[in-house]
Amino acid sequence: MIRFLLGRLGESALAVLGVVTIVFIVTRLLGDPAILMLPVGATPEQLASFRAELGIDRPLVVQYADFLWNAVRGDFGRSFQHNRPAIEVVAERMPATLELASSAIALGLLIGGGAGMIAAMNRGTALEVFVMLLALLGQATPVFWLGLMLILFFAVDLGWFPTGGAGTFWHLALPALTLATFTSASIARLLRSSVIDVLREDYVRTARAKGLLPRTVMVWHIARNALIPVATMVGILAGELLGGSVITETVFAWPGVGRVIIQAIEVKDFPVVQAGIMMIAVTFVSINFLVDLLYGVLDPRIRLR
Amino acid sequence: MSGILDVSGLTVRFDTPAGTVHAVNDVSYSLADGETLGVVGESGSGKSVHVLAMLGLIARPPGRIAGGSVTFGGRDLLTLSEAELRDVRGGQIGFVFQDPMTSLNPVLTVGRQIAEPVIRHRGLSPRQAWQRAAELLDLVGIADPERRLRQYPHQFSGGMRQRVMIAIAVACNPKLLIADEPTTALDVTVQAQILGLVRDLKARMGMSVIWITHDMGVVAGLADTVQVMYGGRIVERGPVRAIFKDPRNAYTWGLLRALPDHGQRVQRRLHQIEGQPPDLYAPPKGDPFAPRNPFATPRCFEQIPPLVPAAGAVPGHLVAAWYDLPRLLAQRGDAR
Ligand SMILES: Nc1ncnc2c1ncn2[C@@H]1O[C@H](COP(=O)(O)OP(=O)(O)OP(=O)(O)O)[C@@H](O)[C@H]1O
Ligand SMILES: [Mg+2]
Repeated sequence: MIRFLLGRLGESALAVLGVVTIVFIVTRLLGDPAILMLPVGATPEQLASFRAELGIDRPLVVQYADFLWNAVRGDFGRSFQHNRPAIEVVAERMPATLELASSAIALGLLIGGGAGMIAAMNRGTALEVFVMLLALLGQATPVFWLGLMLILFFAVDLGWFPTGGAGTFWHLALPALTLATFTSASIARLLRSSVIDVLREDYVRTARAKGLLPRTVMVWHIARNALIPVATMVGILAGELLGGSVITETVFAWPGVGRVIIQAIEVKDFPVVQAGIMMIAVTFVSINFLVDLLYGVLDPRIRLR
Repeated sequence: MSGILDVSGLTVRFDTPAGTVHAVNDVSYSLADGETLGVVGESGSGKSVHVLAMLGLIARPPGRIAGGSVTFGGRDLLTLSEAELRDVRGGQIGFVFQDPMTSLNPVLTVGRQIAEPVIRHRGLSPRQAWQRAAELLDLVGIADPERRLRQYPHQFSGGMRQRVMIAIAVACNPKLLIADEPTTALDVTVQAQILGLVRDLKARMGMSVIWITHDMGVVAGLADTVQVMYGGRIVERGPVRAIFKDPRNAYTWGLLRALPDHGQRVQRRLHQIEGQPPDLYAPPKGDPFAPRNPFATPRCFEQIPPLVPAAGAVPGHLVAAWYDLPRLLAQRGDAR
């Protein structure tokens, strides 16, 4: 287990390094920040001194090493727009993003878990077909479209919820529901097939042959095993939610990291963009590391290797 | 006839898209208290399905019990509710299945899996059940039970896992132990150890045993009575010595002919008899073995032979055959 975790930790570090490198390359490809940032008509001397100030007149390798070192310390420079450290601007938006993503996952586990179980336990019935059709629909519906529809109907027409913003449960409801539609659908479909696989296992027959109560068989012998692949799925979903937060947060005016990145791109506030992307990448990698830990808890064959 | 288990006319069908599988057909027998019954027959002969069906362990649908009764402890198991059957399973009847590698839950400790039926049927507290589980591990010959209880199945070898399965099956002192090819997946030395263990447990706990196997050698060493199944029917049944010495059904004879030396306790898989296994979707109107039987008479193709006492044989030796095998063998000048 220790070796397994160390290995995963190494992989996580590599993944973060990869993201840092891509961010570095992309920002260099965006063009000369001096030309982008200084007003048109700046003199060559002004441009040169600005470049020296930013350190972008040095060799690329040096710049890269510098960038890495600063990234490790969480220093992405100062936000042009807010005139304070970019990482601060991003970090204070992180709780909102996490709140939304974790609500969507929790709701997804609840709804999707229930739906997947119901479908698997009612194989070959109209109920199974109905639940699975809903799930397919839920997975296929684009998030931004669903978000807009929910806003139009529940917020604009009915006025039950605010159209955007954050702060109360009522603000959270629509965006969480929008994201949970996708997560529930994914979890329901995976759990259904996973339960169907487990039902065929010999140890389920053993559990029944022991005369155990149906709920004991269900919880400890079927669900307990069927949930193992779902843990992996939650890690993937968390990544999609974070990556997709740019869209949802924009649709619902949710003050999270995704929205701050979009706003920063609009005003070419690159330090904030970089810090935001890094923040999301690190969170994603951390969540997947936690999922691996959870995997070890769920499956002793991995824990005791 | 009255014993611990009375099976009468048990008939099981599977309704599949390809048609109805006649898996078990009119099976009747009785098991005495403390008796060990060996059930043999080639793959698909209905050995597993007939015992699983008794305890409601076949999937329904596609499975369906089309008739018969199974009397155990004064009640017909086939008429019991699922809740009543649950009390019988694991409590009064213990099961051991073929593949010890897949029959234990990989994510629960072995101790928990042994304790479960004890808690369920004996109403012990988890702590007492754990204590009982330790005793059981010791009983089935696993050293250091306290430590082993906290381990998971993947930390046990195949033979050890089958010992755990046996501990689970006998956890509540069942009156009947049903073992469905419990040693098929194990290597020969481990097989012998498991057989020794079961003989030992049987003597100590005084239970009856139904032992399903492909292996005539195992039958010779363990069973009091042998029951040969073919095409979902019992084709011959009798005391183990009688079956080995004086087989009356051509199928049994074919199985035995494959053994290297008569009576020798050599572990061997069942001989493959030439020809196709019977079509269980459309069973023939006669003896299902007739097409493969060199001794078949015209009547064999017309009518199903009933299971009746074999002429001139020891009491309890029953056979379903229209032909007189000993006479035909003598005619062929083939004593065996
Ligand atoms: N769920 C099912 N659906 C359809 N047919 C089935 C099902 N289960 C069993 N059968 C059929 O019932 C027949 C008897 O099967 P059974 O498992 O009892 O054979 P067996 O004698 O135990 O064979 P083996 O030695 O391979 O274990 C087989 O033809 C099998 O295909
Ligand atoms: Mg079988």
